[in-house]
Amino acid sequence: MQDPFISFEKVSKSFGTFNVVDELYLSISRGEFVSMLGPSGSGKTTILMMLAGFEKPTSGKIFVGGRQVDALPPHKRNMGVVFQNYALFPHMSVAENVGFPLKMRRMPRAEADGRIKRALDMVQLGTMSERRPSQLSGGQQQRVALARALVFEPEVVLMDEPLGALDKKLREQMQLDIRELHRRLGLTIIFVTHDQGEALTMSDRIAVFNHGKIEQIGKPSEIYDHPTTRFVAEFVGETNLIMGTIKQSGDGRAIIQLPSGSTLEASAPNLNAGTQVSLSIRPERIRSGKAQAPANILSGTVRDVVYHGDHLQLLLDADGHQLLVRSDRAVKAPEAGQKMDFSFAPEDCWVVAQ
Amino acid sequence: MNGLNVAKVVFGAAIMFFLLAPLIAILPLSFTDSVFLNYPIPAYSTRWFNELVTADVWRRSIVNSLIIGSGTTALATVLGTLGALGLRNHASFWSLSFIRTAFLLPMVVPAVVLGVGMQLMFARYNLTNSYLGVIIAHTVLAVPFVVINVLSVLQAIDPRLEQAAASLGAHPVTVLARVTLPLALPGIISGAVFAFATSLDEVVLTLFVAGPNQRTLARQMFSSIRENISPAIAAAAFVFIVGTIFVALILILSRKSLARR
Repeated sequence: MQDPFISFEKVSKSFGTFNVVDELYLSISRGEFVSMLGPSGSGKTTILMMLAGFEKPTSGKIFVGGRQVDALPPHKRNMGVVFQNYALFPHMSVAENVGFPLKMRRMPRAEADGRIKRALDMVQLGTMSERRPSQLSGGQQQRVALARALVFEPEVVLMDEPLGALDKKLREQMQLDIRELHRRLGLTIIFVTHDQGEALTMSDRIAVFNHGKIEQIGKPSEIYDHPTTRFVAEFVGETNLIMGTIKQSGDGRAIIQLPSGSTLEASAPNLNAGTQVSLSIRPERIRSGKAQAPANILSGTVRDVVYHGDHLQLLLDADGHQLLVRSDRAVKAPEAGQKMDFSFAPEDCWVVAQ
Repeated sequence: MNGLNVAKVVFGAAIMFFLLAPLIAILPLSFTDSVFLNYPIPAYSTRWFNELVTADVWRRSIVNSLIIGSGTTALATVLGTLGALGLRNHASFWSLSFIRTAFLLPMVVPAVVLGVGMQLMFARYNLTNSYLGVIIAHTVLAVPFVVINVLSVLQAIDPRLEQAAASLGAHPVTVLARVTLPLALPGIISGAVFAFATSLDEVVLTLFVAGPNQRTLARQMFSSIRENISPAIAAAAFVFIVGTIFVALILILSRKSLARR
């Protein structure tokens, strides 16, 4: 990785005796789109607020572009911030809202007007410039907030759950819009969310937070396919966890012994025999029937079949485990109570630390 | 309509009557032709309004009320707004909640007690018998109204608006001038109106600290009731009430135009 553009060095933040952020190290390159994913209270918003300057770290240092910023007041940091509730100024028109950062920079009127117009056109709100924020829909307000955070061409854009208040369809449209803007303008974006789907579709890298610490950081595919901890496996996407002990391991594979006595083969780092582990298998990786060999085969009883429109979700009792299976609509739907065989390939299940 | 609703209407009407009856009793007397303040009214005239604007004592007292009222409004609005800004968002700090209570104290302390204290203190600093003294005394009473009004709008402002302004490059002073104060304006205006109204009908402190040159309208009404009851008092009351309604109208209209923005 090139020289980091933003870096957190051993940054901690505590309120009273409670550590919200605990000795965080994090480096972000210029032009990167990094999502901070985690449940509420995991410290992700606090990290964003420290980067924006609204909170001061209890200890540690924050660098942006080689300059230490943690003592700098927010108005000198030159970062665009998009808030969850948009934080548009209700007493100003859309154009005045977008023009605010330009006015603060004493930009000449003519140049500022041109920039405001381009920014509003970029978010397809060119015709709304004279309206008040209260006269706009949630999605339009969000786009104004985006235009306002981008119009002064900041190097870093911070987004705090910006799509949280939008309905599903609009949210997906905005995800694509933001990703497109990121690519086109070469922005460095730090995006806080608790929605794993959003993080997976938009980011270059995802940092999964839990209790003020990074559980895992990596590309979306790494996070989803190879979670390193049980928390990440459960938080990002749906998964089945099966507990067992390592019987033998090596060469990226491991044989895991289940409490029932049967064994499963899985992808795994090298681990000592006897280590207690969990196996993570995504519901969509489990197939009905004894398909591809060599494979892990489980047989069980269908407990419940849930209709999801584009797919079916099966709840399966197998070997004392409850498994979720995502079943294609093309396959004939099984019925509750039916006995079935299921299989999954060793490369599709992954060993995570207990 | 069921029994409960009838009871509500009757009760409401009774309260309205209780509040308005004294006004309805006194106001028509301001248009009397007689020199006595009693019914029945023999003939109608505007002679007592003439008296109000021509008689020196009444005219001066009206001017004094306006001078002292505006001075109080300006001073109390500035001080109260600053106080509210300082007290904002610190509810959990015990020392600040103590200060907040102290700010509201003039509303609770008997005016006579305040008046005696002020008279003693003002005498030391040569403030008795001066406009400034009366304005300061009225400001002490008016500040709590401004603090309460401004504090309640400030607490309703989303702090993220100010954070957003800062992140967009606004210096804290600019944030205050362009975001916080414009959003707090409705509260500041109603605080100012309350301050003016407080000064307008304040009598007790005025008795203690004002000299003969600072007789306000309320003070003049008070003494003329004791000395010679004349329908001029009713006329003064009429002016008073019309003035108050006028100020209230300004308040409502400015609220509406702010809300429309």
